[in-house]
Amino acid sequence: MQVRLADRLTDLAIAAFLWAFRLSVVAIVVVGSFLTLTSGKYNVDTWTGLVITGLATGSVYALVALGYTMVYGILRMINFAHGEVFMVGGFAGYFAAVGLSSLGVLNAGPLASLLSILVMMVVAGAFSTLIALLVERVAYRPLRNAPRLIPLISAIGASFFLQYSVKGWAGPGVYAYPDVGVLNELVPIDFVRIQWKQVLVVTAALVMMAGLYVFVMRTKIGTAIRAVSEDKATAALMGIDVNRAIVTTFAVGAAMAGAAGVLFALMFRQINFFSGFEPGLKAFTAAVLGGIGNVPGAMLGGLFLGQVEAVGPTLFLDGLGVPGASGLAKAIAFTMLVLILVFRPSGLLGERISGQRA
Amino acid sequence: MSQLQAETPSGHRVAPETARPSVGDAGWRPVLKLGLLGGAIALYLCLTGIVPIFNPRALIAGLISLGEVALLTTGLGVGYLAARRAPDGPRRALLGATIAGAVAGAFLTALVLLGAAVDLRGIALHASPATYEILTFGFGIPGSWIPIVALGLAAALGGAIQVLPPRLQRPVTTGLMALLVVGLFAGIIRTPMLASPLTDQLGRLLFASEGLTLVGAIVTVVVVLGGQWLNRRLAVRRRGRELPQAQRRRLTLPVALIGLLFVLWLPQGVGSFFAQVVAVVTLYVLMAFGLNITLGLAGLLDLGFVAFFAVGAYTVGLLTSTGEYGIAQWPFWAAVPVAVVLAMLFGAFLGLPILGIRGDYLAIATLGFGEIIRILAGSDLLKPWLGGPRGVTSIPKPIEVTPDSFLAGPLQIYYIALAAAVVVAFVAIRLRDSRLGRAWIAIREDEDVAEAMGVNLVQTKLLAYMLGAAFAGLGGAIFSTLLGAIISSSVNLFVSINVAAIIIVGGMGSIPGVVGGSIFLIGIPELFREFSEYRFLFYGVALIAMMIYRPEGIWPSRIARRELHTTDALEPGDPTAVPATEMGKA
Amino acid sequence: MKLRKLGAIAAIGAIAFAGCTTGPAGFTPPADELGVITVGPNDPVHLAYWGVLSGGDASLGQDSLYGAQVAVDDKGGKILDHNINLTSEDAQCTVDGGAAAGAKLAADNTIVALIGSACSDETVGGIKAISDAGLTTVSPSATRPALTAPDRAADYAGFTRTAHSDAFQGQAVAEFVFNELKLTKAATIHDGSAYAEALQQVFADEFTALGGEIVIQEQVGKDTTDMTPVLTRVAGAGPEVVYFPIFVQAGGYIAAQAKDVPGLANAALIGSDGMFTPDFVEAAGPAAEGMYLSSPNFSAFQAGYADFLPKYEAKAGSAPLSAFHAHSYDAFNIIYAAIEKVAVKGSDGTLYIGKKALRDAIYATKDLQGLTGVLSCSASGDCGAPLIALYQITAREVGGEWPPEAPVWPTE
Repeated sequence: MQVRLADRLTDLAIAAFLWAFRLSVVAIVVVGSFLTLTSGKYNVDTWTGLVITGLATGSVYALVALGYTMVYGILRMINFAHGEVFMVGGFAGYFAAVGLSSLGVLNAGPLASLLSILVMMVVAGAFSTLIALLVERVAYRPLRNAPRLIPLISAIGASFFLQYSVKGWAGPGVYAYPDVGVLNELVPIDFVRIQWKQVLVVTAALVMMAGLYVFVMRTKIGTAIRAVSEDKATAALMGIDVNRAIVTTFAVGAAMAGAAGVLFALMFRQINFFSGFEPGLKAFTAAVLGGIGNVPGAMLGGLFLGQVEAVGPTLFLDGLGVPGASGLAKAIAFTMLVLILVFRPSGLLGERISGQRA
Repeated sequence: MSQLQAETPSGHRVAPETARPSVGDAGWRPVLKLGLLGGAIALYLCLTGIVPIFNPRALIAGLISLGEVALLTTGLGVGYLAARRAPDGPRRALLGATIAGAVAGAFLTALVLLGAAVDLRGIALHASPATYEILTFGFGIPGSWIPIVALGLAAALGGAIQVLPPRLQRPVTTGLMALLVVGLFAGIIRTPMLASPLTDQLGRLLFASEGLTLVGAIVTVVVVLGGQWLNRRLAVRRRGRELPQAQRRRLTLPVALIGLLFVLWLPQGVGSFFAQVVAVVTLYVLMAFGLNITLGLAGLLDLGFVAFFAVGAYTVGLLTSTGEYGIAQWPFWAAVPVAVVLAMLFGAFLGLPILGIRGDYLAIATLGFGEIIRILAGSDLLKPWLGGPRGVTSIPKPIEVTPDSFLAGPLQIYYIALAAAVVVAFVAIRLRDSRLGRAWIAIREDEDVAEAMGVNLVQTKLLAYMLGAAFAGLGGAIFSTLLGAIISSSVNLFVSINVAAIIIVGGMGSIPGVVGGSIFLIGIPELFREFSEYRFLFYGVALIAMMIYRPEGIWPSRIARRELHTTDALEPGDPTAVPATEMGKA
Repeated sequence: MKLRKLGAIAAIGAIAFAGCTTGPAGFTPPADELGVITVGPNDPVHLAYWGVLSGGDASLGQDSLYGAQVAVDDKGGKILDHNINLTSEDAQCTVDGGAAAGAKLAADNTIVALIGSACSDETVGGIKAISDAGLTTVSPSATRPALTAPDRAADYAGFTRTAHSDAFQGQAVAEFVFNELKLTKAATIHDGSAYAEALQQVFADEFTALGGEIVIQEQVGKDTTDMTPVLTRVAGAGPEVVYFPIFVQAGGYIAAQAKDVPGLANAALIGSDGMFTPDFVEAAGPAAEGMYLSSPNFSAFQAGYADFLPKYEAKAGSAPLSAFHAHSYDAFNIIYAAIEKVAVKGSDGTLYIGKKALRDAIYATKDLQGLTGVLSCSASGDCGAPLIALYQITAREVGGEWPPEAPVWPTE
């Protein structure tokens, strides 16, 4: 009886702590935001500007996050090397861009630019797919039935391998995309300040995500992928080629990551061998945030993360007078992640899976 | 296939062979496939710079360089495999090997010719004249056939090894492997030899300033083969196993004592660099024991382990530092308990909010904590207390000694870390076999069932977190005195990843596995520092290869081995099971 | 340090051995309180480079390594008829990486002298082992002021540098902004690296002392790509000048995005030597035009630099990766000159190099003509010419020419 009471008390203390934690984070957010907004230091244009950059970055995260989430959905494995697949796509796009630029088509008018960018994205997507399939064949396929931490370590190995292969191949220096003049111009509308590149990135991301949604929901192979995610053994019994479904998943995810690599570089100009690591980590976070394994969740998670990083430091911390607040952007993003997981342990759109493990 | 034949100069020799009826089902196709694979690998080795960068570094001085070794090993391997897959008969096996090697070499020839026609440096940094020089031994275009012959010969050698009778095959492969390993570690072996007058001359005789000397190469092969022969003749192991129980037990103590003496002597005997490396390895062993509780026993995948490491390191740093940010200037021994307790409390503090989170959500949440701690430690916000990016410096060594005492430098840290690791290992084993340990295993196997059986999930999980955190804090505490400084850049994600990888690569739940994993993943990359970034490339390859060929780890616990090598896994939830590899399984 | 004693005994033993068997009668090799390095007649002279060669900062260390390699090639790969063997150790730009690399180098008694480290953190970790081993290192790019402070700890006895101290650089930038640009409101951004954080702090202190105002000090992550949020915050404080002494990648992102942030369109942008490379201009693109960069005064750089560049490009396959290749070239030459000065050659070609003598000779470097200027070492190890200049990036540099022709400050 006494033991029970002690247990009860501990549980109570723990519950109290949990609520204190949640409330204090929420309090910091609310008080900070209130102080910032009432300080009048920033006007509406500033906030819309931040939201737009957040939207653009978030779109890229979302595209990469899709690859994580789809692979997770079907194999229950964290494809740690996906960020590197994204980076490799950026490099392939770079060489395509340089080629197009030297042919003189990259800046030969808006339509030519748009088509060139399309070509770059296709090249990048194709190359990323190639690399991802190689990695899948060599590093993941032999481990399909192994306990789940085994492929995780293998994926970390693949990540190192790809990073340092590219470093050996291309050196540690920065590769800057040739300028596409049109993209830096402002969209001629009055009420917001927005560049064509931001429009391009967001539109391209939306189109690709819509395409993916149709692919997964409407096509035969998409249905197969869903079936395999649901239950591999049963799907196989129903005559679905499980292997083909898995390979297709990797290919689709990689193609989107490769294209995202080009969009990323168009927005930020430069890439190097290490530039897949950070976006990869963020996209992974985004996938978890949205509920890993859930396709719309990944999109939502990406966009949410983009917003938190863009708006968060200023909105939450400026009013509190925190020095060097922007340096904490990533810390804020992760705190938000933890907070969301505390309230919704399987992400924003993740299913409630109390019975089974995530 | 016909296209491929057209591409390869030796292709015409393939055609008539395929027509023969005696050839097996697959025919020469596998041989060609291997050739193509070899060619791709050879191209990769050249274009990622492995061949040109390591060309100046000799394996055997004046004879063969590491760059050449990389290519020839590819040829050797291709030939070996091709000979195995080629149609029956030793002659055809040899022919197959040669063809495969030549096909691989043709890729390099194509590279040289293409590179001469167009400048490829825009797309690959190492597609440079310097690389072509190496490939053609300086003959340029007229020598562009050289790679075909060189790789063809290497492959023929590989094929020859394959067709040798097993009795000869083993010594040859062992000899070559030994040459490679000793050649790679030449600098590391030579350095301590030159530091002692006893071995100085010997060191110079066996090792050149880079790589082995010819004498050294011969000695290496002789010693290794001799050792193998002796071992087989004496059959030490088998005899040991055949000894009666009582006698074996009587042997245990002396063997353990010798082992202990060896471990104590190790860093001192082989030079101060080793002391540093071994100290770091021991620290990782220590932390891996900690994570083994959280991950190995309780099945909680914690990728933010570094957070607790940071708490321990900064606590000791702040409490003992004589520099700007020091607050107490305590002795190390007083600061350590504080660091461990604080890390433990931190474990509770971070563990509580995320207790309800499961599986991979937990992994990313903890990863987030690790990153938050790193960012905060280096932030302007906490700079007045933690020193920001410049960190806390002037952390004294635990034992004040005169500079020429043998305890100066990393050596004393090694002994402290070793002692701590032994204590921690003991605690870890006792915990594993305790009631608590069984509760952890139960949670790992099935949370809901465990709860139904009366395990208090919250408290049990929290204890796993706190104990893991305490060990990590101890690791961090010792780490900060090893460096004499703690700076936010040392608190990075790779520490967490490394510790997790050690446990899995070493063999989940296995104590010798943790040691093996640390040596493999921390020690060896440390020794290969001279290969700069390429060691991470090989680290990646090693991780993948390890997971594919030895998923149960270097030194697995018995249960894990059984689970991974039979199709039917054990029923989960066997409470008597030593921690298995199945943790966190969906 | 029994081991070191052993090492010393070994060295003496080796000398005695060599002296007895092969040396001519009457030849006495030099004695040295830190020990003597013996280079056998057919052995190469072993020099080592240590610095970051992996991870996100790899280009900084790789750049210096190329610089040193070019310097070796320029001497025909030989010193006093011995081959030069330049090896490298990765130190990862962290304290622990530096400690491991330092320990490894210190244990190798064939090493004569070192070039490195690339990052100041690496020196903090590794210098004790190196100094204790009697070795001396010349760093091309560790610029933290404390490393050569007159009151530095004895552990730093083996540390010298051709890089300038950031104390000079921060001060020069502050003077330039206040006196030349006549601007009084400045913002700073650092990337959480010790280099940038220290440098912006020096600038902030000097600028305030001159009478200027620091309106905001911001921080970004090393791998942040979207700089609009931080720049928006900076713009909110209303600075006339933004000083961000960081590295190529993050610096490129800031420069490329700053002009698009309302409120910063007219602010002057200033970076420092970490970004003084064509790589940066490429990374930032046309937006870099009009920006200022502080750097060693390249107009004081000798004519040799023009000859140096093509050799570097042939070696690296690209334009310079960072700003310190010339410093590394000079670091090698300081060591080269010092070895030539102190090495004693036996009749069979064996070289005897006293470690203390070599260290003293490096510290005694005076008026050595280098690529970066005239080099003279101070008693606390500063060998570089602390001549800082401010350059403005013009359309010429954006078009691919490098380096900029003449500094905008100081003008002759």
